[in-house]
Amino acid sequence: MNPAALEVRHVSFAYGRKKALDDVSFIVPQGCCAILLGPNGAGKSTLFNLITRLFDSRSGHIQIAGFDNKSHSRQALAHMGVVFQQPTLDLDLTVEQNLRYHASLHGLGRRDATRRIATELERLQAIQYLKTKVRALSGGYRRRVEIARALLHRPALLLLDEPTVGLDIPSRMALVSHVHHLAAEGIGILWATHLIDEVEASDELIVLHRGRIRATGIVTDVIHRLQVTGLGEAFEALTTEAT
Amino acid sequence: MNLLHYLRATEAIIGREVLRFLHQRGRFVSALVRPLVWLFIFAAGFRATLGIAVIPPYQTYILYEEYITPGLAGMILLFNGMQSSLSMVYDREMGSMRILLVSPLPRWYLLSSKLLASTCVSILQAYVFLGIAWLYEIRPPATGYIEVFPALLLAGLMLGALGMFLSSFIKQLENFAGVMNFVIFPMFFLSTALYPLWRLQESSPLLATLAEYNPFSQAVELIRHALYGQFNPYAFLYTLGAMLLFMALAIWGYNPSKGMMTRRGR
Repeated sequence: MNPAALEVRHVSFAYGRKKALDDVSFIVPQGCCAILLGPNGAGKSTLFNLITRLFDSRSGHIQIAGFDNKSHSRQALAHMGVVFQQPTLDLDLTVEQNLRYHASLHGLGRRDATRRIATELERLQAIQYLKTKVRALSGGYRRRVEIARALLHRPALLLLDEPTVGLDIPSRMALVSHVHHLAAEGIGILWATHLIDEVEASDELIVLHRGRIRATGIVTDVIHRLQVTGLGEAFEALTTEAT
Repeated sequence: MNLLHYLRATEAIIGREVLRFLHQRGRFVSALVRPLVWLFIFAAGFRATLGIAVIPPYQTYILYEEYITPGLAGMILLFNGMQSSLSMVYDREMGSMRILLVSPLPRWYLLSSKLLASTCVSILQAYVFLGIAWLYEIRPPATGYIEVFPALLLAGLMLGALGMFLSSFIKQLENFAGVMNFVIFPMFFLSTALYPLWRLQESSPLLATLAEYNPFSQAVELIRHALYGQFNPYAFLYTLGAMLLFMALAIWGYNPSKGMMTRRGR
């Protein structure tokens, strides 16, 4: 049996005395698109920093594709692609230079990198911008390039931290659709957002509020369980009830 | 994770740093303007006031311009090392540093590669400065330009490592002004870059002692001697020791479980 793309078990974290995450546990199987839904300040970014090892948790365990991100951090990181909330492309370099840089950090050889860059940019319909400086791209295309970059080394898990912030509606829709295609291909996705219109009925939902998991399950099941009419109502019930 | 992976990563990090530098022509020009102002204006004005005795590595009396040239090469390394730490704070705030830190290589290796990359850029600037100084009739022996390379490399790594360590606990970009006031300026003025130790000794033995133990002074002396074909073992060992210490502190600072980065969270 294949290990889960991501397994988070009993993770807690605090900034000084302020608890940011409290005993958080969930699993993202391979080929699953999991939406980490929570209002601002729910602890989503903290959780991402722990998964990516930018922060270190003192309690709990995080496994990526079966590798513990503390004891086998390099193997764990090798199986993970990340799109951070803040733009992380170098504006003065071309799309190709940005992607080659990332490919080298992941150990891809020149020929392999050329092939992978072309494949991912074609899939994201951005190949025409290969030689363009990132500064000249629109916000939507910059995000596409960041997703292409995160996929270059064929990760088992793709982390997306509010990647649609600042994008127009067509760009957002295109991104949502592409990410669901990726899940269908077998990649485990963890998509952090506070926008419920980005969630599809078949997605796995993880509702995080004030550092605690409030609900997990398929979106339709969560709605059914709460006996509400839609996700908006469910989200409100889960995040108001706890206040 | 093989050796090739490590080499590719280092090559990419250095290549990116050089490309970024070449694209930012303003940064290149401003990095050169500072030492050139000191060389052409300050040194000309103070030539008569700050007469220089015959001290190693010089064989004869020299003009003040010639004395401060190695110090100004060191100044380029110092300011660039700090500029690089500033860019790391910026990169961390803006996110591109995260991409580096989540790469599947040991963090100490990624930081060392980043340090080597910024030092390469500093050395490039230092050589351009030495070239301009040569046109200004400051002409050390031709072989000195080759012999000074390892000295520039070690000094650049030491100053860059200091900058990297500082960047690990500077939380916001705005705090960088403090680094300028509390680190760069005291380090530069309290060194042998602008005046020899004996001159400082005449004015204040305390300041002379502080200048002697300032790692930047030893880096400048290492560069000065190397540029004139001499090896200064004390300056070499001192600079090497300081580099190893600052690098260890920087790696500690960027370790998510031990360093400064984790103090924000438990």
